[in-house]
Amino acid sequence: MSLLDYFRTSKPDVQSANLAKDRLQIIVAHERSLRNNTPDYLPQLKLDILEVIKKYVAVTSDQVSVQLDQRDNNLSVLELNVTLPEE
Amino acid sequence: MAEIIVVTSGKGGVGKTTTSAAIATGLALRGKRTVVIDFDIGLRNLDLIMGCERRVVYDFVNVINGEANLSQALIKDKRVANLYILPASQTRDKDALTKEGVGKVLDQLAENHDYIVCDSPAGIEAGAMMALYFADIAVITTNPEVSSVRDSDRIIGMLQSRSRRAELGLEPIKEHLLITRYVPERVERGDMLSVESITEILAVPLAGVIPESGAVLKASNCGQPVILDTESDAGQAYADTVARILGEEREFRFVNVEKKGFLSRIFGG
Ligand SMILES: Nc1ncnc2c1ncn2[C@@H]1O[C@H](COP(=O)(O)OP(=O)(O)OP(=O)(O)O)[C@@H](O)[C@H]1O
Ligand SMILES: [Mg+2]
Repeated sequence: MSLLDYFRTSKPDVQSANLAKDRLQIIVAHERSLRNNTPDYLPQLKLDILEVIKKYVAVTSDQVSVQLDQRDNNLSVLELNVTLPEE
Repeated sequence: MAEIIVVTSGKGGVGKTTTSAAIATGLALRGKRTVVIDFDIGLRNLDLIMGCERRVVYDFVNVINGEANLSQALIKDKRVANLYILPASQTRDKDALTKEGVGKVLDQLAENHDYIVCDSPAGIEAGAMMALYFADIAVITTNPEVSSVRDSDRIIGMLQSRSRRAELGLEPIKEHLLITRYVPERVERGDMLSVESITEILAVPLAGVIPESGAVLKASNCGQPVILDTESDAGQAYADTVARILGEEREFRFVNVEKKGFLSRIFGG
């Protein structure tokens, strides 16, 4: 730091870190709320799907995964993954 | 029974591989039988950071596919006892890792190790999901920068919903926040997010703050995990982090600007 720098005011007029913090708090809160509102019917839906599949193939609950993904405000994707037993 | 640690971030290039190498080496230095696995299929790099790139014969995918057994693929570290490296393959087939295959390898490793450190690839796609799926502990690696913090929050969501522990309704993954590439001078000037702001936003307990340090590049040039550079700030900060992961209390260092005297501030120093 030079002599001149020392007498200059050391704080920039805009504290950009504060702005970063405010923006992050808003977006993170928003994204968490999207994530957290998984409908409460999901566990039962998973059980029902499992029952249906079981009618046709022998699968256990850990071979079926049901996932609801909120892609953005108006698109949700229900993802169903079944590992079929080998013949 | 081993504990599985995933080093994850969402965003790329924030220091996951540097951290995986440092933490695994640190755990081994503390007497823990440790293996560190590169989950970055197709972009193997942990071998370079650990300095064992010329000793790679078989890799993680070979073991999963039954083309080699674990003892053939594991590379024993030459500097530190109790430390092994399982390299990633250079194959471009991203589907090479299956839950079943990875689970089997981890089970086998768990039999004779205390810690299994998983170096996650960037992103939130299959590779990153596979690296975090079996975890007991997560080290969420974050840079003091908006996109890194946001991506860390997304990864925290994944840890809480997509992991084995979440799916089976077990006790959640233990989360540790690790802030890397921190520059106290810039925080003081107000143009970098502070440790306090980041921990407040992410609401995850802080396990370490690694300063931006020339020692990291130097260490990677030499293929030495930076924690072995015990004189360096980053090396010491990683040693503190390992201690905290092991449940010990350590004061945070390198988070504040070192106050210089009036004369050195004027004349530079
Ligand atoms: N504390 C630090 N100080 C200075 N440089 C650092 C620090 N931590 C990491 N780096 C540098 O940042 C770069 C990225 O680090 P690293 O490869 O560990 O990140 P990564 O998260 O594993 O990346 P990827 O997402 O591509 O796997 C490297 O050049 C590394 O040397
Ligand atoms: Mg990496």
